[in-house]
Parts: sequence; C-alpha cells; structure tokens
Amino acid sequence: MINQLEEIKSRAQSELEHIKDTIGLETWRVRYLGKKSDLTQVLRGLAELSIDEKKSVGMAANQLKLLLEDIFKQREKALQETRILSTAAKESVDITLPGRRPPIGHLHPITQTIEEICDIFSSMGFQIMAGPEVELEYFNFDALNISAGHPSRDNMSSSWIDQSDNTGKKSMLLRTHCTSNSARAIAKLKPPVRVLTPGKVYRYEASDATHTSMFHQFDGIVVDKHVTMADLKGTLYEFVQRFFGENRKARFRCDFFPFVEPGVELAIECAVCKGRGCSLCHNTGWIEVGGAGMTHPEVLRQAGLDPGEYQSFAFGIGIERLPMLRYGIDDIRLFYGGDLRFLRQF
Amino acid sequence: MKVSVKWLKDYVDISISAVDLANRLTMAGNEVASVKVQGANWGNVFVGKLVAINPHPNADRLRLATVDLGQEQHAVVCGAPNLTLGDNICFATLGAELLDGHTGQMIKLKPAKIRGVESKGMVCSEMELGLSKNHEEILVLAADAPLGMPLSEYMGDAVIDLEVTPNRPDCLSVIGIARETAALTGQKVHVASVNYAENESLVEKKIAVEIQSPDLCSRYSASLITGIKIKPSPKWMHDRLIACGMRPINNIVDISNYVMLEYGQPLHTFDYDKIVGQKIIVRRASENETITSLDGVERKLNSRMLVICDAARAVAIAGVMGGANSEVTDQTVNILLEAASFKPACIYITGNTLGLSSESRYRFERGISAEMTVPALKRATQLIVELGEGLAAKGYIDVYPGKQAMKSVELACSRVKSMLGIEISLDGIIAALQGLGIECQIVSGDKIKAVPPYWRSDIKIEADLIEEVARVIGYDMIPLTLLAEPLPHLTPDPIFDLIKNIRRGLTANGFNEVLNFSLVGLDTLQKLDPDRAPITDLPVRVANPMTADMEYLRTTFRANLLNIYAANRRFETGSIRLFETGKIYLKCKNDLPDERETFCAVMGGLRYTESWQNNDQKLDFYDIKGIAEGLLQRLGLNPVFVKAQDKGLHANKQADIYLSKTRIGVLGEFHPKVALAFDIFEPVYLLEIDLKTLVSFSTVEKNYKPVPKFPAIVRDMALIIDAGITHQQVQTIIRGFPLVEQVDIFDVYSGEQVMAGKKSLAYRISFRSAEHTLTDEEVNQVFLDILNRLTSELGAVLRS
Repeated sequence: MINQLEEIKSRAQSELEHIKDTIGLETWRVRYLGKKSDLTQVLRGLAELSIDEKKSVGMAANQLKLLLEDIFKQREKALQETRILSTAAKESVDITLPGRRPPIGHLHPITQTIEEICDIFSSMGFQIMAGPEVELEYFNFDALNISAGHPSRDNMSSSWIDQSDNTGKKSMLLRTHCTSNSARAIAKLKPPVRVLTPGKVYRYEASDATHTSMFHQFDGIVVDKHVTMADLKGTLYEFVQRFFGENRKARFRCDFFPFVEPGVELAIECAVCKGRGCSLCHNTGWIEVGGAGMTHPEVLRQAGLDPGEYQSFAFGIGIERLPMLRYGIDDIRLFYGGDLRFLRQF
Repeated sequence: MKVSVKWLKDYVDISISAVDLANRLTMAGNEVASVKVQGANWGNVFVGKLVAINPHPNADRLRLATVDLGQEQHAVVCGAPNLTLGDNICFATLGAELLDGHTGQMIKLKPAKIRGVESKGMVCSEMELGLSKNHEEILVLAADAPLGMPLSEYMGDAVIDLEVTPNRPDCLSVIGIARETAALTGQKVHVASVNYAENESLVEKKIAVEIQSPDLCSRYSASLITGIKIKPSPKWMHDRLIACGMRPINNIVDISNYVMLEYGQPLHTFDYDKIVGQKIIVRRASENETITSLDGVERKLNSRMLVICDAARAVAIAGVMGGANSEVTDQTVNILLEAASFKPACIYITGNTLGLSSESRYRFERGISAEMTVPALKRATQLIVELGEGLAAKGYIDVYPGKQAMKSVELACSRVKSMLGIEISLDGIIAALQGLGIECQIVSGDKIKAVPPYWRSDIKIEADLIEEVARVIGYDMIPLTLLAEPLPHLTPDPIFDLIKNIRRGLTANGFNEVLNFSLVGLDTLQKLDPDRAPITDLPVRVANPMTADMEYLRTTFRANLLNIYAANRRFETGSIRLFETGKIYLKCKNDLPDERETFCAVMGGLRYTESWQNNDQKLDFYDIKGIAEGLLQRLGLNPVFVKAQDKGLHANKQADIYLSKTRIGVLGEFHPKVALAFDIFEPVYLLEIDLKTLVSFSTVEKNYKPVPKFPAIVRDMALIIDAGITHQQVQTIIRGFPLVEQVDIFDVYSGEQVMAGKKSLAYRISFRSAEHTLTDEEVNQVFLDILNRLTSELGAVLRS
C-alpha cells in the first residue's frame, strides 16, 4: 500500500509539472484529489487492514493528501500568475488620449468667497448667522441710528415692499445692508457677542460694470466689555492679509456711518498699480472695501445694552469686490449671468 | 465739494503740497476724489508786458513783439491777431514745456528761425498752457499782474475735490476746509473781518420779517443793499467759481454763490422792489398752493413745505429754490439779501417731493448751524456793496426764535484709551480738540468739559469727541491688536452645514452653481405654467421696482434656472447641470415674508461627459432621481418617492420626495410646454428641495450598527409581472420578510421575451441573520414564502 502511495505521489507530481492550463489543472484535481481518485481508493481500503497497518498507511495517505492539495494550490497560483502577467505584457494604451472624466461642477465664486470669509472669521471666534432679506424698516434704519429724513437713507436707495394689501402696515424693505442683522443679533444674544452675517443686500440702483441692484456683503459685530478700535483694526487687517496675502497693505481712515462713532473706511492697496495710482483706484492707490467703526452708543441702547458697560465694534464689507480684485474680474454682472464659460473658471 | 488751494490759502497757511494736503484730509474723514493741479508744468513761463510791436520784415501776418519781464526784455515772432501794446501776457522762455497747438503733443521750446528772424521764446495761447482749446489768440492777463512773476505762482492752483460726509455740513465751505486743514497741520485759521459802509436809512424801516413757523425756521437774517449795478463779477471771482464747479452769471448771483462756497451758508437774493408790502413772512405752504420757481416750472406745494412770502404771495420755496416773481434781473437796483436757517428734514421732504436738487438744498438738509447766518450775510453784503456799487441800509434784520446755546460734552480721558486702544496724554487730547476750535476745560481728574464751536453741531456725545481726537492724531497711529476677550459660546445654525453638504454633493455630480437676482417679473413666472394661466396669488411685490422683470420676490428658482439653461445651451453641446441655493419668499399676512432656504437643480442633455468613446446616452428621469437619492444618502436619509402632481412638470414623470410622512421636495421632468416657453427643445429635469424642512431630518443623531459578524446569502429572483405594478410594490413586500437585509433591482425588461402587458423584474435579495450563519434550507424557505406572497398579491410568477 505504501508503495502504491509512493507511486501515486511521483505520478501526480510529474503530471502536475506539465499542466499548462486551468482545464488540465481541473482534470488533475479530479484524478488525484476527487472522490474517485486512487488516493480515495486507498483511504477507503484502510478498513480492511490491521490496526498497525491502518495507522501507518492512514498517516501516509493523509500526508500525501495534504501534499497533493498543497502542490495543487501552488501550481494553480503559478498558472494564474503566468496568465495575468502574459496578458498584462500584451496590453498597452495611448496615454495621450483624454481620460474618462466624471462631470465636474464648480461652486460659484461668490460662494467660494463667502466660505473663505466665514472660515477666517470662524477661526477668530465669530458665529455665522443669517437674517431676513426682507427687513423691517426698524432694523435696517432706526435701530442703526438712521432716522427718517437722514441723508444716509438717500445714500442707500431702497426697494420698499408693497404693502397695499396688508392691513398691518409694518414698513418693510429689501435690506440695504447686512448690518440690519447685526442689530438683530445684539438685541437677541447676551454679550459677549461675535457675529458675522454674510448675505444678499439690495439697492435701488441701475446695473453697470460696478453696480447691481442685488449684491453680497458680510457684516460683523463684536460686543464685550473691553473691545477697542485697535482690536477692530487688528481684526480687519488680519482678514485682509489672510484673504489677499501677507504682503497686502490695508488702510484705516476716518469716515462717517451713522451707526458707528468713531467711523472707519477700510481700503486695501490697489493690486494693479501697487499703490502708485491707476484708473482702477482712481489714482488714489487704494481701493475701498468696506466701512467699520465703534458701534454708536445709540445703537447699543436700542439693543438694550448699556454703552457705559459694553463696548462694541462693527464692520461691513462688500463681497463681490473681493473676487473681482483677486481675479481681475472687470464686470460685476458676470456673477449673475450664469454663463458656464465664466463659472467654470473658478 | 471742490475747493481751490489758492482760495484756502486766504484763510490758512499751507506749506505742504496739494497732494499731501489731500491725503491728510482723506485720512481725517473727507475723502478726496481727485486733485487737479493747474500749472504743474509751467516752468520757464512768466508774466510779461508787450512793450513794442513791430512788423515782421518778411511776412505780413507775423509781427515782432518785444516782451518786458521786468529784469529783461525779449523780442520774438508772434502771429496772434490780438497782440495789443501794453497788455500783460504769458511769456515762455527757452526750455518751457508747452502743448503744441498743431499736434497736441508736449514740446520743449527751442530757438527757431521764423521767416528769417531768430525767435527765442513765445507769447502763449491758452491751449499752449493747457488751459483750453483756444490756439488763435494769446492769453491776456490782468493789468496788475506782476511782471516777471512765474506764471505758476500767479495763476497756478490746485483744485481738491472732496466727498464731504453727511455729518459735516461745515466742510461744504472753503472756510470749513480751511479749519480742517489748520487742525490737521497745526496752523490757525484767519478770517478777515468784514466791514462796509452803511447809509443812514435803517433796514427795519424798509423791511419787516415775521417767522410764523419757528419749528421749521429757527433764524432769518436779512440785509438791504440799494442802488446796485448788475454786471459781470471780476475775474478773480470768476476763476474761483469756475474752479469750484460753478458757472458765473452776474455779480449778484455770483456773490451769493461765492459766499455760500466760502461760508457754507446758502443765501438768497430778492429784487426788493418786487417784494409786496415791505414784508417777509416765513410760513408753511398751504395745501395745493402754487409758485413758479426760478427755473420757470409751476410747483404745487403742501403744508409740510416752508415758503418765504411777502405781504401778498409766496416768493420762494424756503431753502430749495427762489420764485420767479421776485427774481433778480438785469433791471434790479435794490437787493434784499436773505440768510436763514431751516429745519433739515423739512428741506429734505420739500426737495424730494418736488424733485428739486440744488446746492442750497444739499447744504440745508445736512444741517447748517443757525449761527452762520449773520457772518455770511455780512460778508455777502460787503461784496455787493463793493462789486455792485450799492449802499447798504443801516444794520440787518435778525429774527432768531430758535437760538440754542452750544451744549457742552463731557469726555473722560480714560475712555479715549479704552475706546481706541492707544494711550494719549491729557495734554495731547486737549491740544487735538482745541486745534479744531473746541473749548476744553478740565473739570476733575481726567474729565474734560468740551464746548464745540458753533459750526460743529455734529459733536454731541463723548464718542464724537473721541473720533475727533483719533482723526487729528491720525488713524495710522492706532495699533493692531486681536480680540483678547474670552471666546463667546457659539450655537451654529445647522442649515449652514446642510447647505455646504448639498453644494458639495451637487458639484461632485457635475452641477455648476449659479446665482440669480431675487426679483423676477410676473411674465417669467407665468411661463412656468403650461397653461399660462394668470397668477392670482401674487408674490411679495416691490413698491418701487427698477423694471417690470424685477418686480416680485421669487417664489421659485425654476424660471431663472431655465433661462440660464437656455442661454448656455446656445454654446454648450454636452450636458448642462445647474443649481442654485438661496431663499424663496412666501407672502405672510402682516408680517415679514417666510424666507425659505431652498435648493433647485436642473439638468439635461448627455449623461456622460462628451468623449472619444462616443457615449451619446441622454440623461433621463432616473438620473435626476439618482442624484436625489445620492444627496439624501450623504445625509444618512432614506427618501420615499410618491407620484406627484406638479403642474409645471411632465404628468407621468414626476415624484414628490418624502422623509417619513414629510414632503421635502419634488423631482421630475419639466412639462415640455414649460421647456418650450423658455426656448428649450429637449427634456430638462428638475430637483427641488426645501432645506428648511430637510434640516430637521439631517440633524438627527446617528447610531452605530455593528458590522455583520455572519455571512450573507444572496439569491436572485426574476419575476414576470403585470406592467402596471411598480417596483416599489414588489420591493415593499420583499422587504417585509424576516432575514431580508437588502433588496436591489438589477434588471427591468419588457419586450419580445415577455408577453404583452407584462414585464420582467429581476431582484437580488440578500439574506442575513445577526445571530448565526444561515443555511441554504432557511433561505430557501423564506425565498419560497416571498414568491408565494408576490404571486398571491401581485400575480407575479418566477421567470423560467
């Protein structure tokens, strides 16, 4: 019996070495490891043997089975490798043909800018908020120290909401600035407050290359006990440098807005002429990007805050101008035209 | 406000350049829009006198002019027709840079031989000096022009154009800017005292003034000048008015404009002889009272407006425009001069209602100190006496019912530091304020009592004083610090994250984001209805729309997106995928509209990016549905789709999207009539989701489920079923069985292989138990049970 096993072993090994394909391999497997194989016959015959023989032959037969299984797997793997490698060796592509692209969409440049702004101010502890675009006259003007008849109302020509079919007659308009939401925020939240409101604002204004009747702004307000104008300057300069780069110069000059005192205009150095003066910056070397200042005590009072206890600063910056300056876009209307040839560039 | 630097120098010494001055003024609050320097390149041009004119030996049209520059004389060839002996002229010596009259180029003057005569210099025309286009005649200077003086010194000037902020009406004047200049450069303002001769007749005998509406007119001052001559004003006044952007008319009009520019106080001149009854009454207009204003237009007034009247009728709309009936004309000999103070809001309403803008209105509505009337009145009276050769009546009228003492403002100097973040000494603060004319008195310790000068009525509170200190010291001096206080508690609004997530999901699927105006026209909205029925439930309307297509707040994004789709289709051949996120505005009775964060996506055209592999499959309903499923899956949500009835969509290709029992949106193909209305000739698909509703689902906390321990057994089940049965009916039944983990449809077929009216659906069902490894027997049993249920309930049979 042992001899028979030896014979099976050598026969199986030599046959296996000559097998070149999967069909041959399967034939081999059936022949040597299948239910009707010689080895199975040997194992079946064990019952007729003496106990000692059973032990020795049984052990040898099982060892042979393990061996055959092992060499089968090795051979199977080797054949598989050969097959894959030979196929691979034959394959080739023209790597200069364009790839199979999934469609790629683009976020609007204004969205990208707003997200960047929000990231910068979030990292300085500001909470991002939204507020109504159709706003009460109170929050857009009165709460901001802009009473009726104030010339500043003229500077922000407004689109008023037709109330002819409403009986309540709460005067409403399309907000002319996001500052209205800053007024809401400080009336609602308990100090300390750091809030940033990005969003759409509206003016009654004809469109041209630098104006549209709807555009975007972000407005920030900070209320705490020891907030200073130096903090305001630091915060806005930090923003300018993070948005436009470390080397971009910013300028703080006195300006007037009814809801701040002292008031500030923030400008950045003109990128085209590097401050020397050109047509873009009207020969001033600077481009205005927004207004800011220490929140007017009357605005704090309107929000129920004691200006003797709390100090506050606020700022409002136009958004469209930022990507226009960054990318050299010369017509604001492109943002609202929906032209894919424009939008895909960002 | 345009101001000539030369004029400014009448009141303040300026040692810095016009550009530097402009920069200081800008930094301190009054932005300079432009600086125009006249005579910047007038080097080598001097004031000269024509002392001899001789004929040119070789040319009839040319003459030889001898010019005296005081120290020296030059003989040059000149062709101008207006050479007159004794005139003062502008003479350019060699090296001067002039504009060539023929080429318009700048040239450097060189010696030249003209028709055989050597000429070293030139008598200049206005064009050569860059003053005008006049090249024919030479520029003749005033007789008192000092010989030999560089022209840049004699005629050079710089005009600074300031954008004065609304809080600083005092800066709408030359003296006001001079005060700013003085404060910012450490100088003092000197205004010459005003003196003029008066005659014996008392002004009170000639005119009486009564203010009937003291709430709208706090002061009315007037003077009378008799026997004046109307004529052109002198050149110096001409030049200054032109420099400041005003058109000279005659001496009287020019003087009132000149003094308005100088002091900031608007004045009005009446022809005294046209004033009925020697009386001026200041009162509210009566309803529907009319007056013909100076521009010849009849104006209808109301009782919110103020008028200046004589004994019989209105003679001027107070502060806005005079009346034609009392106008000063060439025949006028006696002038009644008015300097008054009117309530800004009244002037604003009047000007706005009448649609009238004027320099006078502009100043009054910004609020001019009532204290200004008399100084300006006296100055104008003086000029009319001098330049109009008139006689002033003795004294002036001054009715001043609204006199108010300047209120003092307290400033705690410690507040300067706590506000600005910079330490400024008490002396520094006081010096800065005093430089602006603010009287300061130390009350106690670091407290100052400050009394602003009368022209600074904008200074009312402590913060105003702090700004004054900051702008005099210079905003440049404020250091940069970052907020040092503890971070506030934040409660971020989850909608921002949701929007961000949706946007990322859409761009990953090839959608491009667009932005549209929130306002639309009714016409455009109507196109979204295939029947074009009139819109009865009107959206929120703007009372003063810019245009008809910007009249209503949008209630949907569809119209804008379809417009953009069509516009892009003109040049895009592949797929167009667009989306917008933002708000729609729904009307609420007596309240602000409901602003709902929404997103809307549209797509159409090819399914795959165009490529050399030539795959020209078109997008269909299942693409937009897949996008919706994918987006919601990103959020961990399982939507249910229910047949919908949106009028604007294809009747058989639309579905409402539900999360449990809540409808969150809709998807489907646009109704072809709607697409056609927007000039789109292919199927376009829509996905629209209300984010305000979605956010309550997307924020539900997720719970971890263990990864399966035991293997799944997968079986395929191909069914023949009635064509009218939906996938969802089948799927719901299969899902109801135990051990069923997942059901996926992998084939839908109808055609030759199956009977008419039937279709084949093939499912892959995955079975799994959380407790043990399933046996074939267990799975076979469930498989049979499922099949039986499908047969009994839906009439399905296994496809063989």
